[in-house]
Amino acid sequence: MTMEKLPVADFATDFDHTDPQWVADPYPIMEDLRERCPIAHSNRYGGMWVPVLHEDVSAIANDTEHFTSRTVVVGSGRPGEDAPPAPIGVAPPISSDPPFHAIARRLMLPAFAPKKINALESFSRELCRRLIAEMADREVIDAAVDYAQHIPVGLIAKMLGLPQEDGDLFRSFVHIILEGVDLPQEQRIEAFQPVEAYFIRVLEEHQANPNDDLTSFLLEAEIMGNKLEDAHIFGSMILLVVAGIDTTWSAIGSSIWHLAKNPEDLARLVEDPSLIASAIEEFLRAYAPVTMARLVKEDFEFKGCPMKQDDWILLGFPAANRDPKFFDRADEVIIDREQNRHAAFGLGIHRCLGSNLARLEMQTALEEFIAAFPKFEIADDDGVTFSQGQVRGPRTLPIRILERS
Amino acid sequence: MKIKLDLEKCQGHGRCYSLAPELFDSDDLGNAVVLVTGELDADQIVQATLAANNCPEYAIEVVA
Repeated sequence: MTMEKLPVADFATDFDHTDPQWVADPYPIMEDLRERCPIAHSNRYGGMWVPVLHEDVSAIANDTEHFTSRTVVVGSGRPGEDAPPAPIGVAPPISSDPPFHAIARRLMLPAFAPKKINALESFSRELCRRLIAEMADREVIDAAVDYAQHIPVGLIAKMLGLPQEDGDLFRSFVHIILEGVDLPQEQRIEAFQPVEAYFIRVLEEHQANPNDDLTSFLLEAEIMGNKLEDAHIFGSMILLVVAGIDTTWSAIGSSIWHLAKNPEDLARLVEDPSLIASAIEEFLRAYAPVTMARLVKEDFEFKGCPMKQDDWILLGFPAANRDPKFFDRADEVIIDREQNRHAAFGLGIHRCLGSNLARLEMQTALEEFIAAFPKFEIADDDGVTFSQGQVRGPRTLPIRILERS
Repeated sequence: MKIKLDLEKCQGHGRCYSLAPELFDSDDLGNAVVLVTGELDADQIVQATLAANNCPEYAIEVVA
């Protein structure tokens, strides 16, 4: 499947976010790069720059003049003519630049604003309780496979009006799109076929039988009196499935992983569940799951780096969140941190559309998990594995339940 | 002291209305709305400062 790659010799000059060393533990590498780079480079993927300071990540995220979002997942080479052009891109609004970005985003924002998302709390909580009930009599569970991965799938399916039982299918789509960065372009296109076929069918079904859901909303929506183009609707639905699943699955998994390894933090949250909200923000900071990408619009020098048109920028929000120049005790997890301007949901105009949904899922997932299992630990260190690519989180997480309520 | 919100900078992260719901609310898009536009009392200054210190976009200031 995967092409053989040489191991990274030096992350400063040969950076690769799919290298096993980075996948296993990226934080010491970020720290090293911060001290001696601080913008790493790589000739891989057709050329890539990797900022690791908060100020650089923030500057690039806010600079839509010099950096385009038309492709946000680093592929095997330069996107060249294959990527649809700005300002719309393949999956609006994440792939859109100003001025179209604001139009496409404004369309979606109300569906993800607190008023709409908070109404999903009982659905999310019931889903968590059902998953917990299914593992109630087991000594060892997999908190990623049996729990975390099902929660965002259930919520996004509910919002889009898709069958709950299609969850496995969605996760395979996410894998194809996000974790397939190593595949040559032709293989990626081929792998993408079932994803396309599924969504074409969904749109046809909704066209025939409109519902009170986000899919029907997209089909009915208008921009300046015109219905959205099919490619826009299709791209936005793919975006919602991809962006909504892997990411929150990772965030929930990383939170449980931290609590399993830090019993004093777990005990504090069990004792005082009102701390869960600030703990979630700290987990989002310390274990931010999402790294985005940008492309350099045209040749341009940034902080002394000679950036060329179509060079990739790997926009590491996780690295920004560990920058000691920006955060006190950046490498420590402090669950009641009072000042936490973390960038886990991005910075600037592309702030994660689903951030309120992600927080709701994390809040209900953690509240229910620790209420049911007030004491737990990692059952097998070697059994913990992390995803590869631009979304980081545990994909297997064996947990031994030590106490149940 | 009063709350100064820069809506040009606000991107709807929602930290302010989560941390200080008596002072901030969300509009229909998820962006911040200031609920207390006048002088803040001592407790409100603490809450507003907390919101300001957690805004990833530096959109909130507590000013004289």
